Amino acid sequence: MEYLLIIISAIFVNNILLSQFLGICPFLGVSNKLSTATGMSGAVCFVITLATIVTYLINKYLLLPFGLEFLQTIAFILVIAALVQIVEIVLKKISPSLYQALGIFLPLITTNCAVLGVAITVVTKEFSLGGAEAHLLNLGQATVYALATSVGYGIAMILFAGLREHLAGNHVPEAFKGLPIALITVGIMAMAFLGFSGIV
Amino acid sequence: MSKWSLVTKGFVKDNPTFVLVLGMCPTLATTTSAINGLEMGLATLFVLVLSNIAISALAPLVPDKVHIPVYIVVIATFVTVLQLVMQAYAPGAYATLGLFIPLIVVNCIVLGRAEAFANKNTVVDSALDGLGIGLGFTLSLTVIGLVREILGSGSAFGFKFIPGDGMLAFVMAPGAFIVLGYLMVLFNKYLKKK
Repeated sequence: MEYLLIIISAIFVNNILLSQFLGICPFLGVSNKLSTATGMSGAVCFVITLATIVTYLINKYLLLPFGLEFLQTIAFILVIAALVQIVEIVLKKISPSLYQALGIFLPLITTNCAVLGVAITVVTKEFSLGGAEAHLLNLGQATVYALATSVGYGIAMILFAGLREHLAGNHVPEAFKGLPIALITVGIMAMAFLGFSGIV
Repeated sequence: MSKWSLVTKGFVKDNPTFVLVLGMCPTLATTTSAINGLEMGLATLFVLVLSNIAISALAPLVPDKVHIPVYIVVIATFVTVLQLVMQAYAPGAYATLGLFIPLIVVNCIVLGRAEAFANKNTVVDSALDGLGIGLGFTLSLTVIGLVREILGSGSAFGFKFIPGDGMLAFVMAPGAFIVLGYLMVLFNKYLKKK
């Protein structure tokens, strides 16, 4: 039950793009075409989940026992950067087809604030699930949270890429061209997602 | 380029929000009121100036192959300094801005200035560049925050001058995107040099 709550809350109610504003830069950058948006979503999904598991373990077994919490920011960003490199090398060797599909997006992900954002949220924020007392997530819940969040990222990204492909063919006033009209469209999408608040 | 124009270019010509379109995440997330926008801008300014100074001084010593990781570690160090300083002297602001303080590490403005300016200019010029871009960022965030605060809760910098609730949507997520979109339109129409 609490896993279900985490999933619905992370995908719809607290959508990472539309209500937490994480990972906006790549969202605006690669959502011009549906195919690149899908590729980017896949890569983000993979990296966020993996990075969250690794940083969670590092925080729990390395930083906390030695009282080094203040190093969280530095440690996490280094772990994420190294992890992205490793994933890239391993994928190239093991699954060239997956590497072909995700390859170009991987280096971009290091600077995607969604990855660092989720990693930090998971180890610092206390969640209260279904009326229970607020507590930090355990490893299983953290993994599910990371996976659901990145699925939410993918859904918002792919929906928006679909809208944006239609926008491209329309007549838009000069000053609105490009980003402004895209931002206003996202705003309206975010308004639609507000309708989910109150479910959980 | 004169020293003065290094500082002023961030306001309009190289405005990080409306022209370079960098650092969108904190721009959208923290501008729920003018004060929050101002605080976020100043926090970024702090990191930007210090990291620009350190990187311009270090740049000749850093091998080209590892320059990005080195820059990220330098930036992350100053962000940690900022976190500790804010926890000690501005705990209120630290609590409001929350996650977005550690996330300055991955703010593209900071790494962008390191790559585009600080690694090939003198320490003084880089400090001024950081100051200029940081002030431009602070100004845009304050303006966006002010517009959202006036529309959303009928107040400006915390002083309430319109009674009632205001249009709540502008303080919530959709308002951030819509206000930024329309401000960008105005900026494109009236201020951007063709």
